[in-house]
Amino acid sequence: MLSLIVFLPLAAALALLALPRLGDAAARWTWVVVAATDLALVVAAWLRYETPTAGRLAFEEQAAWIPGVNSSYHLGVDGLSLPLIAMTAVIFLACAIFALRETDRPRLQAALFLFLQSVSMGLFVAADLILFFVFFDLSIVGMYFVIAGWGHGNAARSAMKFFLYTFLGSLALLVGFIGLYIAADPHTFDMVELAEQTPLAGSSLAGGLVLAAILVGLAVKTPTVPFHTWLPPAHTDAPAIGSAVLAGVLLKMGTYGFVRIAMPMLPEAWRDWAWVIIVVGIVSVVYGALVALAQTNFKRMVAYTSVNHMGYIVLAVGAAGLVAGDTSLARSVAVTGAVTQMVSHGLITGALFLLAGVLQDRAATYDMDSYGGLAGPAPRFAAFFAIGAFASLGLPGLSGFIAEFQIFTGSIAAAPVTAVALVGILLTAALFLRALQRIFTGETRGRSVGFTDLRAAEVWSVGPLLVLSLLIGVFPRPLLAVIEPAAEVAVELVGR
Amino acid sequence: MAMRPLLLLPEIVLFLGGLAVLVSGSFLPRTRQWVTRVIAAAALVTAAALAVVDLPGPAQPAMEGTFTVDTATGVARIVAALGTLIVLALAADEIAGSPRESETYALLLFATTGTLVLAGADDLLVVTVGFLLASIPLYGLIGIARTPRGAEAAMKTYLLGALFGILLLVGVTLLYGVSATTSYTGLTDRLAEAPQGVVAAGVVAVLGGLMFKAGGVPGHYWVPDAAEGAGGTVAAFLTTVPKIGAMVAAYRLIAILPDTLAWPLLVAVLAVASMTLGNLAAYWQTDPRRLLGWSTVSQVGYLLVPVSVAGRSDLALPSLLLYLAGYTVTNLAAFAVTTAFPDRRGLDSYRGMGRARPWLGASLVVALLGLVGTPPTVIFAGKLTTTAAAWDGGLAWLAVLVFVNTVISLFYYLRWIAPVYGRGEPPARTLPGAFVPAAWSATTAVVTAGLSVALGIGAGALWGLFSV
Repeated sequence: MLSLIVFLPLAAALALLALPRLGDAAARWTWVVVAATDLALVVAAWLRYETPTAGRLAFEEQAAWIPGVNSSYHLGVDGLSLPLIAMTAVIFLACAIFALRETDRPRLQAALFLFLQSVSMGLFVAADLILFFVFFDLSIVGMYFVIAGWGHGNAARSAMKFFLYTFLGSLALLVGFIGLYIAADPHTFDMVELAEQTPLAGSSLAGGLVLAAILVGLAVKTPTVPFHTWLPPAHTDAPAIGSAVLAGVLLKMGTYGFVRIAMPMLPEAWRDWAWVIIVVGIVSVVYGALVALAQTNFKRMVAYTSVNHMGYIVLAVGAAGLVAGDTSLARSVAVTGAVTQMVSHGLITGALFLLAGVLQDRAATYDMDSYGGLAGPAPRFAAFFAIGAFASLGLPGLSGFIAEFQIFTGSIAAAPVTAVALVGILLTAALFLRALQRIFTGETRGRSVGFTDLRAAEVWSVGPLLVLSLLIGVFPRPLLAVIEPAAEVAVELVGR
Repeated sequence: MAMRPLLLLPEIVLFLGGLAVLVSGSFLPRTRQWVTRVIAAAALVTAAALAVVDLPGPAQPAMEGTFTVDTATGVARIVAALGTLIVLALAADEIAGSPRESETYALLLFATTGTLVLAGADDLLVVTVGFLLASIPLYGLIGIARTPRGAEAAMKTYLLGALFGILLLVGVTLLYGVSATTSYTGLTDRLAEAPQGVVAAGVVAVLGGLMFKAGGVPGHYWVPDAAEGAGGTVAAFLTTVPKIGAMVAAYRLIAILPDTLAWPLLVAVLAVASMTLGNLAAYWQTDPRRLLGWSTVSQVGYLLVPVSVAGRSDLALPSLLLYLAGYTVTNLAAFAVTTAFPDRRGLDSYRGMGRARPWLGASLVVALLGLVGTPPTVIFAGKLTTTAAAWDGGLAWLAVLVFVNTVISLFYYLRWIAPVYGRGEPPARTLPGAFVPAAWSATTAVVTAGLSVALGIGAGALWGLFSV
């Protein structure tokens, strides 16, 4: 089941490459159909999903791969990964629909995104560190070609910066993985076994160093302050669907690594360094929001709000490491909030970046001051944009609220000082309202004149993302029911 | 102890094949020199096949204990023979019908034989013989193109080769002087009791000679010049195949040394010097072959990582062999792209190649990212296991430095990838946009790049073979 979900897009990508005679329209529709099929498979898996016993995974698959170093092809899902693969499938489908109007090498683009989808799915279901790393690295390679090949502005430079920076992170991660492997007895790269063994327990120096390597690797990908500088140029110059995938899916690989790898495998080091992680989270929240406030380029602004939103997640998982007294319930609420935030941010920011792509498509600029009174000529665009903005700033009734509410409830209960980060919510509210004002209100002027409203493909790609955000905001239960048991297990593991 | 010459059948086949090529070449008209290429290919395939048959057995001594046929020898034989076979495919484009076609093939076969002698040597004197047999044909090969740059490169290689050859002999003499033996079986115990200063000097000198052959610091100066100045076929060969023998020989030497001195540290320092220098020097190169030449210097650094923990980690030997096999395939893929476009000697002249020739562009990306060590190519598996071996052997810092260097290296490989997928045409002063690749080279590039990925995915099976 999982192998099929992971490799179906890859097989389709190879087929697209092998059939150069295929027309552009056929390639575009093939992409949509494959992405939809993959989503259907994920939904089927979700319906059959039953919470596995603590420390185990559902739908497990295992086959020998490099037995010499105890690395196997091991897949499985639990409450931490299942929502993420569902979110990934949704975002890629939205991108496929959005790209139905693409004219620049659509066959190649479809193949590249299908490849990226396989890689992203693979990462979230991997239960072996090397398998995880393989997908982690390939996601960087794939995104490099997306930015370099279909970007605009200074795309080559941004792509290079993105590649070098995140590749550095990935190798730090690999150093950490090898450290875990050597420390484990018997040596293994298997995530389930490593979480059971907790190698390096009792050696705080080595444990701290290995955790540092892993944290740096994940922090670059997430990204958190001070490793975030690759993000704004990469987003600004990437094509719309590239940005949506980068922010929606690829950033989650970093935060997912925190809950999947760092917390359960190095619980002792995690507890020792929890305060550092919390501080990095708070700084990311506040700094990301402040810098976003200063932007005039809409896409850059959304990129910086991503730093802010990822900061909440880092804050929550850091707070989960503050093991004291009877706060375990609060900490598990924080972790649930963190995972919910991953899903919610993916949907909302994916939608916002696709909308930014519409700006670029119609008027070739992201500069907010070039617009004004856009609500007049483009009411649908304005409505979608407003929903996305309100969801992103955490308005109740939308998914962002559910996530951030839980994060703060859990974190403040575990450590009251984390309330400082609430400033971030205030700032994002201000900056989104200001952006709405600048672009949509007032007299129709500048680039807004003659702006074509959303077309069908754009409505059907952005719309479902926002509807899902609304659904999660109103009926969070089905999602939380999957996440909560896994969050409890994670908190229990980190408390060992 | 007995001679058992049949154990050396692959080497004998290669050498006789070289002679046959040489003799038949002098009787064939220039238009039919391709026959000698077929003979050479047949010799290589036969040697590889014989090595495959021998591979699963236990270690067997030959030539009265001076030569060992074990897994390492077997793998080196297969990889070197198949590597040279791939080089022959590149030659089909470049030197078919040229005045010295058959001589080139003969020299390639002799040099391959020398590499295999090095790989199996279990005696310092046999190491010397292998060194000479591998080096002398190389001097001829580099100069055979008769270009000014080729002549300069040949001269440089020859002078350095003579220097390091003498150094190697000095080392052997010193070690023999203090231990009264050149056989590896006796060296371990006797060197432990010998004066450590002399042992250190001797080992450093022998290692220096091997580093010349491998093209690593401190014997690396000839590599970039030869890669740039020699013909494409020869450049592909000399940056790939000689390393196989030299690295296995270095491994055997380090593995038998007694624990009296910090050998792992010495090799680790050489490794770091090699990878760092190679990477930094490759940064601003504009000729793709010279860039690859420096890149191979850095690759020798990575290859030395498992050598540094020879005998201290179970992972060391299999990971070295895995890396060697992966490196051979991947490096040849990169060179095959350069021989597919022999006139494009600037990174800029590849602008737009990815769009014009998608398969070749993809092969180049796989090869270059493979050299970086990106999964799922086979060098990733090699890098993973070699660094795990270093960490396992107590050199965690070396593992970290390998990854730091990997990041450094990414930049210059990307400098080549970027124009391939960049927009626009190549600058007018180089070549116009029509990318017409040489047929054999193009096919070879695609096949070897595919092999690099396939071996990476099948690394588990390879590992099983290598760790017998």
